Amino acid sequence: MSAHPTLHIKDITAGYPGKPDVLSRLAAAPFAPGGVYALIGPNAAGKTTLLRCIAGLLPGRGEILFGNENLLHLSLKRRAAMISYMPQHLPEDVDLIVIESLIGALKASPFDQVSAKLNTVKKKAFDLLEQMDIAALALEPLNQLSGGQKQLVSLAQSIIRQPLALLLDEPTSALDLQHQVAVMKLARAYAQKGNIVIMVLHDINLATRWADEIAVLHKGKIAAQGRPDAILTPQLLENVYEVNAAVESFSNGVIQISVIE
Amino acid sequence: MVDAPPYHYNARILAEEGFERLQKRRSLKIILLVAACFMAFCLDIASGPSSLSLKNVFLGLFNSDLTDKGTQVIMWKIRMPQAIMALLVGMALSLAGTEMQTILNNPLASPFTLGVSAAATLGAALAIVSGISLPFIGGNWIVSVNAFLFAFGSVLLLQALARWRGAGTSVLVLFGIALVFTFNALVALLHYIATPEALQQIVFWSMGSLGRSDWDKVQLLAIVLAATLPFTFAVSWKMTALRLGEDRAAGFGVNVKRLRFNSLFRISVLAATAVAFVGTIGFIGLVGPHIARMLVGEEHRYWFPASLFTGALVMSLSSVASKMLIPGVLLPIGIVTALVGVPLFIYLIVKKGRKL
Repeated sequence: MSAHPTLHIKDITAGYPGKPDVLSRLAAAPFAPGGVYALIGPNAAGKTTLLRCIAGLLPGRGEILFGNENLLHLSLKRRAAMISYMPQHLPEDVDLIVIESLIGALKASPFDQVSAKLNTVKKKAFDLLEQMDIAALALEPLNQLSGGQKQLVSLAQSIIRQPLALLLDEPTSALDLQHQVAVMKLARAYAQKGNIVIMVLHDINLATRWADEIAVLHKGKIAAQGRPDAILTPQLLENVYEVNAAVESFSNGVIQISVIE
Repeated sequence: MVDAPPYHYNARILAEEGFERLQKRRSLKIILLVAACFMAFCLDIASGPSSLSLKNVFLGLFNSDLTDKGTQVIMWKIRMPQAIMALLVGMALSLAGTEMQTILNNPLASPFTLGVSAAATLGAALAIVSGISLPFIGGNWIVSVNAFLFAFGSVLLLQALARWRGAGTSVLVLFGIALVFTFNALVALLHYIATPEALQQIVFWSMGSLGRSDWDKVQLLAIVLAATLPFTFAVSWKMTALRLGEDRAAGFGVNVKRLRFNSLFRISVLAATAVAFVGTIGFIGLVGPHIARMLVGEEHRYWFPASLFTGALVMSLSSVASKMLIPGVLLPIGIVTALVGVPLFIYLIVKKGRKL
């Protein structure tokens, strides 16, 4: 496998008991290393299901190639060494401090790049907090963080394992503007190191602003995938979201969607 | 003007130093807990119908030649097994409670929430009512053995139910509550049909008492604890990761289902053995983990040992209280843990002003 493999969803069917085909034979264009990808689509389109399926948290049938290995045949442990999934929320009322949660993230399962030595792990955790400019939060209890701080810490827990693919489930929901930008900048910086970042976003305009490519999910399949300005047309938005929307283009190339009554 | 001394620290160095201090402080708290356990243990041996002085207890512990024969018999034959049993039962129930709170992600969980004690009571009651005896097992053991079998069986049943419909934590808790009610109803049925003598025995058994302890039982519980502990401590970090959520932990490569299954197995052995020997002792499995959490947080490398010794301490102090609350009367310890443990528990929660 090359150092920075491409993620290619060739064919995936997955779901839950009683709802077995949330994703039915979904296929997507390759996700290349270094790219930031946004998954958008209406509620219940299967966005979270797809992320969890890639991460191995949900069984699926089919073929998801990472480099030339089928992810669906790898053990959870091997997948966890390459891929990290960040859930939407941290649980409430956890009596841990920030730095412990990061050390725990590394010590939870043995893991190639890092020796299991506690001192190495501790240093790595402090390094990351410093890089993210949140070293001052290291000793804060998780349950006393603000929403924005919580999300930054949650992101830290995901990237501390240095995954080749980082999957973020609505990383900016309920964040103020400052923290939205902080999270997005960190995600972009992480992709620039040659990793793949895929995030589910509810806000289409955030997706057009921050993602290199957008994949639109609709009824368990990819309805469109590509650069935002290439694929987001009023026609597509009407088909998928059932709304009348205008697509405006700014001079910097970013496009903006606004819904008309 | 003198230049400002160069003690400008950046946030990282401050945090690293703070973390070192925090960890030292926690280790110190655990050492203090161990010391407190030892003091409570000595007090436990000293107290009772014929009081021994603490001085005599120390002498007897470390140099038996210096105490008289009577003191030695009281200490080693009567008081010691009960005092050690108190420590061990406290450890077993508190540790089981801690594991259970983590794997069920529920701070109200304790071994009894899932019906372990109710099942043990049913097993004991059945043995008492039917008066059965097994080959190779002495008459006074049959009640304990049957209590253990039922307690252990109840957890296996729970596991099977959970596996059958995919183990969600809330499903497990609901199954547990259903089991508690079922077993309690069956015990009530046995109360109804039991002879007056058997009824008295059942009621006494279900109150929980250290009076049935002897060296054999102490030894057995100690072995069970010693065999479980390494496995518990080995998963400290996985348990800590699980506190961040099931998806999170799985994303870190933790096999959550296996972790939960193994943990339930340890819980059932610990709780079933403890309950089988001393009967129903409430609240230790709930209070122990909570006090320990307040002391050291939920990093399981500290939380496990802290709750081990908190449980032992509370149990040992309850044993002392059971002898001293009403002079000349030895109260069943199960009553004391509830009567003393609950107000203490509420006081701590209110004082800390924290949510459950």
